Amino acid sequence: MIDVNDIKNELKSAIDNVSSLVDLEQVRLEYLGKKGKITSFMQKLKDLSNEEKKEFGQEINIAKQHIEEQIKNKYDELYSKYLEAKLKSEYIDVSIPVKNTSNGHLHPCTKVYNEVRDIFVNMGYEVVKGPEIEYDEYNFEKLNIEKGHPARDEQDTFYINDKIVLRTQTSPVQARVMESGKLPIKMISPGRVFRSDAVDATHSPTFHQIEGLVVDKNITFADLKGTLTYFSKAFFGDKVETRFRPHHFPFTEPSAEMDVSCFKCGGKGCRFCKNEGWIEILGCGMVNPKVYELCGLDENLQGFAFGIGIERLALLKYEIDDMRLLYENDIRFLNQF
Amino acid sequence: MKASHNFLKRYVKDLNVKGKEFAERITMTGTKVETFKSLSDKLSNIVVVKINKIEKHPDADKLVICKVTDGKDDIQIVTGAKNVYEGMLCPAVLPGGKVAFSFHDGNNENGIVIKKGKLRGVESFGMLCSVEELGLDKSLYSGVDGIFDFKDFDVKVGDDVIKAMKLDDMIYDFEITSNRIDCYSVSGIAKEVAATFSLDYCAPNLKFNKTISAPNYIKLSVENDKLCPAFYTRLIKNVKIKESPEWLKECLRAVGIRPINNFVDITNFVMMEMGQPMHAYDYKTINGGEITVKLAKDGDKFTTLDGQERILDKNVLTINDKSGAIGLAGIMGGENSMITEDAKDVLLEAANFDGVNIRMSSKRLGLRTEASNLFEKGLDANNAKKAIDRACSLIEELGIGDISEEEISFVSKNVSSIKNIKVSVEKINNLLGTDIDSLTMKKILDKIDLKTTIDNDILAIEVPTIRKDINNFADIAEEVARFYSYDNIGRTLPNVNINPRLKTNYEKVNDEIYNVAIYNGFDEIMNYSFESEKIYDKLMYKNDDIEKKYIRILNPLGEDFSIMRTQLVNGLLSSIATNYKKYNESAKLFEVANIYLPNEEKDILPNERQTFICGGYGKDIDFFYMKKISEMIFDRIGIKNNSYSDEIKYNFLHPYRRASILIGNEMVGYMGEVYEDVTKNYDIEKKVYILVLDIDLLSKYSNFKCKYETISKFPPIDRDLSFVIPKDMKISEVEKIIKKSSKLLNKCELFDIYDGKQLKEGFISIAYNFRFMSKENTLTDKEIDDVMNKIITDLEKIGAEIRK
Repeated sequence: MIDVNDIKNELKSAIDNVSSLVDLEQVRLEYLGKKGKITSFMQKLKDLSNEEKKEFGQEINIAKQHIEEQIKNKYDELYSKYLEAKLKSEYIDVSIPVKNTSNGHLHPCTKVYNEVRDIFVNMGYEVVKGPEIEYDEYNFEKLNIEKGHPARDEQDTFYINDKIVLRTQTSPVQARVMESGKLPIKMISPGRVFRSDAVDATHSPTFHQIEGLVVDKNITFADLKGTLTYFSKAFFGDKVETRFRPHHFPFTEPSAEMDVSCFKCGGKGCRFCKNEGWIEILGCGMVNPKVYELCGLDENLQGFAFGIGIERLALLKYEIDDMRLLYENDIRFLNQF
Repeated sequence: MKASHNFLKRYVKDLNVKGKEFAERITMTGTKVETFKSLSDKLSNIVVVKINKIEKHPDADKLVICKVTDGKDDIQIVTGAKNVYEGMLCPAVLPGGKVAFSFHDGNNENGIVIKKGKLRGVESFGMLCSVEELGLDKSLYSGVDGIFDFKDFDVKVGDDVIKAMKLDDMIYDFEITSNRIDCYSVSGIAKEVAATFSLDYCAPNLKFNKTISAPNYIKLSVENDKLCPAFYTRLIKNVKIKESPEWLKECLRAVGIRPINNFVDITNFVMMEMGQPMHAYDYKTINGGEITVKLAKDGDKFTTLDGQERILDKNVLTINDKSGAIGLAGIMGGENSMITEDAKDVLLEAANFDGVNIRMSSKRLGLRTEASNLFEKGLDANNAKKAIDRACSLIEELGIGDISEEEISFVSKNVSSIKNIKVSVEKINNLLGTDIDSLTMKKILDKIDLKTTIDNDILAIEVPTIRKDINNFADIAEEVARFYSYDNIGRTLPNVNINPRLKTNYEKVNDEIYNVAIYNGFDEIMNYSFESEKIYDKLMYKNDDIEKKYIRILNPLGEDFSIMRTQLVNGLLSSIATNYKKYNESAKLFEVANIYLPNEEKDILPNERQTFICGGYGKDIDFFYMKKISEMIFDRIGIKNNSYSDEIKYNFLHPYRRASILIGNEMVGYMGEVYEDVTKNYDIEKKVYILVLDIDLLSKYSNFKCKYETISKFPPIDRDLSFVIPKDMKISEVEKIIKKSSKLLNKCELFDIYDGKQLKEGFISIAYNFRFMSKENTLTDKEIDDVMNKIITDLEKIGAEIRK
């Protein structure tokens, strides 16, 4: 008959000698295969009495379960060894550098523009664009810059003919929007502008602006201050303070220039802010009632406008000391951004 | 605009705030201080000494030994200066003291300390000082080569030089905005100072006694009252031309004007003090006792008092006597009427001229003066009267002439008088977002000479004519806000909302183009919008090319910037050249910018087209690399029906490696290898490939709509097919046939092109992988064989041979 303990012992020594999955499969076949030991025991059952059958059958089952369990355990052990060896053979050095991964780079002005635009779009402003070559009427007249005003001098403005100029600001887009008469207005107009300045470290005949305009019935100077302070903190960081100084622009009244506290020294005064603690950022003001009138709107409206120089912000933010770099297009400059 | 602390104190007696604090506070009320500097910061321990004896230096011909005294001690100082003499009073810095500048050490931020030392073996206990060493502008002091000489100063030995020369002053440089003509004057700024610091303002004295009568001293006529709205004169007889008193000279020096003589100095002083240029004529030189203000004639010649002959034109306003011009109105006087030492009687003039005319004339003549700079801002005609009275008052104060009782003048009817503005307090508060009461507003306005009366909510304001900038309620609101302080106004966000919108197709196309370019390693560049017309030769345009039409700038910065660009190719190639020259082994660049195409009609705005260009040189870059970029863009913006054609005219591209990019029949871009003669024109010795797309057109065709389509549950079946076609057959023709073969064809991919010796001359072999799929059922071999056979038959019809 069958002694489970014999089988156990026999199996143990067989399994202990096995060192590969292939050998283990041989052991499995030897015990559990079609011609294996368990099968041969089962064949013997038919010659036994019912009582013996029952008893012997149970023993076979116990032995079979034991064998399956032992083989499974051994299999798991061997398989994990095999897997570990296989994976190890596939080792790679993760520190090897890769080739050609360099992304392209946005121009610093585009980066700044995107940031400024996103801040205002998040505040619910609409982006409106307009022509870069513009009628004198929109660039000047409707913005309260009458004929004979020094800003219209050839020194400052490029002319195509006596009616058409290269726009000197993006405000003509605002004049166009106001003229269309749709209220309220809450917009920014970004784009390229032109001034007749020779190229040097701080001047360029082409540069970019983002001008903003909000017009409705009850817009106040406090709203202007709040909006631009919000913008400044978003752009330069929470710690930045703003101050507004009275200034003059034909388009606005009252007008102001906005400074931010120097973000390098925190306002104590350093080389970067020329020891002033403040850095001039932009011009702004309440839209002059005359402008509403010139654009065919009700002069009792109230609104504010502001103009931001993209290049100026880029020079400040990235500490670029020469504006010419922005238009030289050397990739050793460009791929720093 | 310059003004000094001491000068301002003449009108604001109690002004004691100085330097940084002053600058900050006055800046915050709108008169921005650009810079300020103390004249005495770098100076210390400098005293007036007297040279008692000068001895030769034993070992140096160029040095002398001065025995000087500061009133207490005898001091030995060695100097190399040549102008020293025994008995001279001059400044000396004593050991341990500081000067601002030294010829040996140059400038130093904190001044230069002078120690006792030996010069060629002789001990020297300090240094005698020149104007430069005191840190002063030499051009403002007369006769001062070498050591400064106190001969004209009221000083005594031992005096502190800083006090003696009034160097305990602070010079401010103000930025005055163009609307504030009243602040182009020291008294105008002083008024702002008084209001800012809540101090009393004391106006310049305009009163004087008329001591002689000179009826009809001239006959005055003004021909053009638009260009000359006011012209005031007064005759001063028996003048005593001499040097001005020190206080007057100090004021002038503080604002950077060199003292000349009392009459010139008074006109300059009044100009600085009142913001009104004046002129003084030697009366005897006015021929015929006549003065006529009129326009010159084209070609008239006139010698200005700087000795230069000027050629005038019919728009230049001149002051004339009977025989011709004696001055350019508002710009410069004439050599023929200038005051000299022997002048007996002087004619004073204070006039008002049209600002635009003065500006244009001064520009055409290439002659800008202090006077023209002021006049071109458009001065107040009534201020001219005040200025001439002020000059007379100073003449009386200095006792240097007899003032005529008569004043011969011209004033146009159009000269404005006091304006009255009524504004509501509520309206001002609504605009500012404040709650300022009417009394506070009145106090602010009164302080800056805007006399205000309150009637309930209404302020009635008298605006003096010099405040040309104040015209409406917003202007008043600004005056209130300035002195209420912008800082005291709150910070709120506007309560206004507009309907949000999605990005437009145009904005989306722009975004996608940027993404594709950036993620494929292209760096963004920016070029100027203007260039030279020579670039058309560089790009090998034909002379009669219709594309060679461009917009010219009337007043460009130079030939290189004279036309608006009609393509972005030149900019890109120039930038590539920049990088090539700088040893960058590859460069991939892109630009998104407008090109400007002229309109047939001259007065209509040109056609601006937002354009994308990318290109570069380097290892991986070839035609098909650029085509991949193009395809990625089309894919991102939902355009499927674009095609590439070699029918394209641009000569700057390789004739056999260029393509126009079409949607339907419309050309939306082009691409190719830049022709090598063109790259040579840019000094690039590499193959350059470019891709250009019209963003406006892409936006028109772009499609960002998405709709879900069911995904087939059945497995795909792949088949390969290779065949031989004539070399001149376009792949696009082959694909057209394949693609229309069956709906079951899900994908066809060209995976090999072979051109080898085994093939017939003039033929190439191409190989495709096809994937078939149906949404309805699992495909049978039979179904697929049918499609494959159709493809084969159709391809054979156009001359392809199947390779078995």
